Amino acid sequence: MSRLSEPAQAALRRDPELTRRNAVPPSAADRAALEATWRDPPGLVGWLSAVNHKAIGLRFIVTAFGFFAAGGLLAALMRVQLARPNSTLIGPDLYNQVFTMHGTTMMFLFAVPVMQAMATYLVPLMLGARSIAFPRMNAFAYWIYLFGGLMLYGAFALNIGPDAGWFAYVPLAGPDYSPGKRVDFWAQMITFTELSGLLSAIILVTTIFKLRAVGMSLNRLPLFAWAMLVTSFMVMFAMPAVMLASTALIMDRLIGTHFYNPGDGGDALLWQHLFWFFGHPEVYFIFIPGLGFMSAIIATFARRPIFGYSAMVLALIATAFLSFGLWVHHMFATNLPELGKGFFTAMSLMIAIPSAVQIFCWIATLWTGRLNLKTPLLFALGFFAILVLGGLTGVMLGMVPLDLQVHDSYFVVAHLHYVLIGGAVFPLLGAVYYWFPKFSGRLMSERLGRWNFWLLFVGFNVAFFPMHLLGMRGMPRRVYTYPSGLGWDTPNLIATIGAVTIALSMLVLLFNLARSLRHGTPAGANPWGAGTLEWATASPPPAANFDALPVVHGREPLWQPWPQPTQVRGLAVRQREVLVTTVLDAQPDHRLVFPEPSIWPFVSALATTVLFIGSIFTPWAVVWGAIPVGIALSLWFWPKPGETERELMLEKSP
Amino acid sequence: MTLLKSQHEAMRQRERAQQWVRHDSAALDVADLPSFAFSHRSVMWWATAGMMAIEGVVFALAVMTYFYLRSHSAAWPMGGRPPDLRWGTLNTLILLASLLPNQWTKRAAEQLDLGKVRIGLLLCLAFGIAFIIVRGFEFTALNCRWDDNAYGSIVWTLLGLHTLHLVTDVLDTGVLSALMLTELPDGRRFVDISENALYWYFVVLTWLPLYAVVYWAPRSV
Repeated sequence: MSRLSEPAQAALRRDPELTRRNAVPPSAADRAALEATWRDPPGLVGWLSAVNHKAIGLRFIVTAFGFFAAGGLLAALMRVQLARPNSTLIGPDLYNQVFTMHGTTMMFLFAVPVMQAMATYLVPLMLGARSIAFPRMNAFAYWIYLFGGLMLYGAFALNIGPDAGWFAYVPLAGPDYSPGKRVDFWAQMITFTELSGLLSAIILVTTIFKLRAVGMSLNRLPLFAWAMLVTSFMVMFAMPAVMLASTALIMDRLIGTHFYNPGDGGDALLWQHLFWFFGHPEVYFIFIPGLGFMSAIIATFARRPIFGYSAMVLALIATAFLSFGLWVHHMFATNLPELGKGFFTAMSLMIAIPSAVQIFCWIATLWTGRLNLKTPLLFALGFFAILVLGGLTGVMLGMVPLDLQVHDSYFVVAHLHYVLIGGAVFPLLGAVYYWFPKFSGRLMSERLGRWNFWLLFVGFNVAFFPMHLLGMRGMPRRVYTYPSGLGWDTPNLIATIGAVTIALSMLVLLFNLARSLRHGTPAGANPWGAGTLEWATASPPPAANFDALPVVHGREPLWQPWPQPTQVRGLAVRQREVLVTTVLDAQPDHRLVFPEPSIWPFVSALATTVLFIGSIFTPWAVVWGAIPVGIALSLWFWPKPGETERELMLEKSP
Repeated sequence: MTLLKSQHEAMRQRERAQQWVRHDSAALDVADLPSFAFSHRSVMWWATAGMMAIEGVVFALAVMTYFYLRSHSAAWPMGGRPPDLRWGTLNTLILLASLLPNQWTKRAAEQLDLGKVRIGLLLCLAFGIAFIIVRGFEFTALNCRWDDNAYGSIVWTLLGLHTLHLVTDVLDTGVLSALMLTELPDGRRFVDISENALYWYFVVLTWLPLYAVVYWAPRSV
């Protein structure tokens, strides 16, 4: 208090409530003060300044699903084109753009961000925290992601959409074979999305390590949070590879470097190594959050804790490590040493082991539980059927001879959709049904949910199973049409019928979402009788998440007796004060005042966008574009008037 | 729908039964905890560690790219001379010397000594600017251009990447200095300074292997 200036002391004398701290049980005045303190400001500027993790999380989720819809429409377009042989609906140039946009959208703008988006909303609630760590950086990560995605679609609308495949292999993507700006937009899209993804990873790791409820030691961490922790570490070690690779690519294209140019000492395979060193772990950081959804859903709807918690956690970590040793199995058709390929075959087979451990633990959980067969569980069960099929073809593709036979064929298309849709989209949709009541306060319709599930399940298999056969009959990927009489006509038609069914199931989902938002049954705090902390607060949660932070005594706090102490007393309610806990045991460590909403993350993201897009056209944009970025970041960091004084009122040195 | 409603009601009853909020006074009081903390206790430390992990991976991959390209080339450097040692070595010495004011400032921040922190930050800033100036000379002594061949590309990239980190941290130090000189800081700012110093350690320690690669790898057989 001694460092407090005279005007601040006077302000404190006028209104001693400035340092009010919450009681247990929280009083009505505590609740009102918390709501006023943690709410995002009103108005347009307020909306752009929002930092609450629930607001940003929902925007993130909605945006990611928007890109999912766009990518899905592109897929439907391709299926319509391929329904009949010799189709002339889409020409080869547009088709190249369409499949590149589809793959790029689904991998970079949907699958990875949507998992981080769900985590942005859910993880702080699961941990019993007031906020996500670094809320302003979190808002910045969202805006960067949004602007990167909009840039890519803007380019596509102007007929400068990328057309060299979602993995942009050189030399095709290099300056000689892809003149123009199409691939440059792709490379900058990578810069945007990976910047956003890397920041999200740092935010989530810090949140999970430092903002857990008192008593939530690491061995009590919910499995979804474990999955996001493991995923975030993987992101930090994998995404830099693709950023480096795409930066080298754009430099080859714009300023004449020679990384991938064999004529001047470069090497085309360098691209494949760097890309897949990222790309294979990427599959797993799409898949592992899906595993986290599965564990949350199965525990709740089997009405018992997950069997084999420690085995589950170790399996997640093992999967993460092994996933960094698989990348060369994407390169079996290159001239790498055969002995080396043997190692990658072994790793590819080995990763099936931790995946199987998890699947057996879930089966044991379901077997010994009392099933409550609601829509989220249906989607979880769909995962088993589809992912196991995709996993089996994955083991097959891990073998060099078989891989060479079906490389670049529709067999691979079938495999990857079984793995990604089975492993990530089914659990994700289950998660939407599961947590929608928390987001909105209302339950989704079960009847429509079942329609949604069965249409998707049947449609998915009708669409993608025939692709295995097409691949074995020799149909290559990324062809815009094919002649009749090769035995490809009927399976292609069936696949298109399946795609239409999938589209129908998505319309049912949309309708269900829209209808339930208004007319759904009010959910209450814990509609499913679940055991984790996000269900211990109202639906939707108040701005500060919890009126008083919970103290945790077990893995499923809501399913266990709740010994004393039950809650935390003494956090400021007129400022954004959070409780920081220790990494392993989550013992109380210090209080910390978090930053308030600010327009500067949004402005910084805009300035960064100008820099990134400008650099597609002139390398000097990196220089002049850095000036507004630097200014915006400095103003972001600079305290607002009175902010320091208010913090000093609560300050206590360590 | 009736089924749904009845199940819903059952769940509501269970929910009421398992009221997690105990309206008693069994509270854990945290009012007396400190309001900031240094090192790994602070969230800033974890963000800095995360940045260092990410950027460390970038450097490691760039160095791997260097040796990958070298393994594909008969001559290295490709038809030119290695970079001149003078400026790079001078800069390495400046950088190592900068660890002294850096550590001094870090300790002053952890002792909440505003006077010392102000001096320390300005000293660090001076070292950083000196380093950037000499870095400019380094670029002129590489004896290659980025667009000559793949060797030139990766050498410029390695040096460029490191310069980017250098400039970022110097700007960060500049903003922190301006803040500490003009405003009354709260405790969190001292944590920021401590973490800024930690990041400078990263900039220095990553330079040592990069120095070896850029300046000595082309001289080794």
